Amino acid sequence: MIIEVRFHGRGGQGAVTASKIIANAFVRAGKYGAAFPMFGFERRGAPVSAFGRFGDTPIRLKTQIYKPDCLVILDSSQKNSDNIWSGLKPDGIILLNTNEEFEHNHSNIKTAGIIDAAGIALEEIGIPIPNTCIVGAFAAVTGLIDIELITESLSDYFDKERLRANIKCAERGYNEVKIHNF
Amino acid sequence: MKKNSKIKVVTGNEAAAIAASLCRPDVIAAYPITPQTEVIEKLSEYHANGLLDAELINVEGENSAMNSITAASLAGGRVFTATSSWGLVFMYDAILAASGARAPVVMANVNRETPGIIAVSCGQQDMISIRDSGWINLIAEDCQEILDMLIMAYRLAEDDEIQLPVMVNYDGFYLSYLSEKVEIPAVEEVDNFLSVLKKQPQRPRLLPGKSLGCGSHGILGGYLELRYKHCNALQRAKNKFQQITKEFQKQFSRNSGGQIEEYKTADADIVIVASGSMCGTIKTVIDEKREEGIKIGLVRIRMFRPFPEEELIRALSGKKSIGVIDRSVAFGFSGGPIYIEVKTLAQDINTSALISFIAGLANIDITVLNIEKIIADLIDASSGKPYKTVNWIPFEQEA
Repeated sequence: MIIEVRFHGRGGQGAVTASKIIANAFVRAGKYGAAFPMFGFERRGAPVSAFGRFGDTPIRLKTQIYKPDCLVILDSSQKNSDNIWSGLKPDGIILLNTNEEFEHNHSNIKTAGIIDAAGIALEEIGIPIPNTCIVGAFAAVTGLIDIELITESLSDYFDKERLRANIKCAERGYNEVKIHNF
Repeated sequence: MKKNSKIKVVTGNEAAAIAASLCRPDVIAAYPITPQTEVIEKLSEYHANGLLDAELINVEGENSAMNSITAASLAGGRVFTATSSWGLVFMYDAILAASGARAPVVMANVNRETPGIIAVSCGQQDMISIRDSGWINLIAEDCQEILDMLIMAYRLAEDDEIQLPVMVNYDGFYLSYLSEKVEIPAVEEVDNFLSVLKKQPQRPRLLPGKSLGCGSHGILGGYLELRYKHCNALQRAKNKFQQITKEFQKQFSRNSGGQIEEYKTADADIVIVASGSMCGTIKTVIDEKREEGIKIGLVRIRMFRPFPEEELIRALSGKKSIGVIDRSVAFGFSGGPIYIEVKTLAQDINTSALISFIAGLANIDITVLNIEKIIADLIDASSGKPYKTVNWIPFEQEA
């Protein structure tokens, strides 16, 4: 089985790195993961999408994801855009970084994980980059990957104090995400 | 998995940087350009951390990058650079000079659309625009193959029977930024694989204080002779690459094919010819179609220059219909560039339908639906129904 996950964020929020960390954790679990982003020029603030496929069989598809099983939305300002919700499968999972209450806005949402990832990041690392908190929350919401493998994967992207702070972010994401089932 | 190797999740660009480092280059000169920049960033990082013992030249542009490494190569060094698109065409004269001087330089080219219409996006037009520059051109399908091919590229470039520059192409965005599992061999294993080169006669070296002509002019017969030898060396590169891939397999237990990869073609009636990252998607769709009983296969071009004529004739002979997918255009021709080249073999291949599909320009996604439609067209053509010879696959978001 392969789960298809589409990430939506803005340049600088770490959506691409979030997709890499999850792929990394799946490979550490002896499984498979592949993720790639789509954008034009690299620039902060521009909308960015990333496409992640994670599962227990080799992944050869090299296409964007049109019918995601799961949406990871790092930038809540895009949550009312139709593009974001396009193709979400029935029984879909969403993970949203927001400090507001969740409004159930799509009939295909089965599970919603809500976390103030930017707020937690601000407390733990001093900058509101929500990605590492989000990947921790991903482990809790999907139940597909151990949080320990997520935090181990972080060592490929951060070191020293920054690594410690980001591990804290991921653990808080895992523990503090509010999960709503519909 | 080979002992001493490591499994890591890396991007295609990082795989390229790791491969280059493992081959212990003496000189690297490069200039950043999207979507290749990460290659240079990673190499600089390895250098700064003491993991890469090479002369790293920060040049002011791609033209200088190629000229610097060509000179270093002619002095006997092992060299590396990486570029893409506008960078590639900005070094065009230097590319010609490198191959004319038979300098065994190795370059990663991250495929991106060329100038004319600004597009920071994937396409093979850059590779097509330099196809007649006398280089060996290889094309990778995934991150592992980027790493493997670059290591093999040094064996091929520096072989004393070849002595030609090699370009390893891989799709921008779809591979350059794709993070996936890559098995990274130990540097001693790579040393061992490349050690054959040390046993070969040393190539002439252009060094200070020694009189040696290089890149001098050849006129009339002299020119003809140099071109003739160059063309012959390119022809020799076909079997040489085949041999190198076999040796690579022996040592690293991985083989993604020789000049071409044949995927389920043996009993196929219908064959797609393609290259690059789209082949992963094509294989996935082929597996599904095979379940439905459709006899379809893929011929993946791994070596684009020299063009694997004999291998293609062997693999495609007698197939009922053949579709060639190009991620680029051939200005002034109706079909795509690789299609046109396959068509030159039509008499030997003897198929009833040879069809061109132009797809995936400027990051247009080559989707599962696109491939299914292409297969449906090929099935129609194989059963004698009328078909269009050239098909531009439109931009359609898969719903």
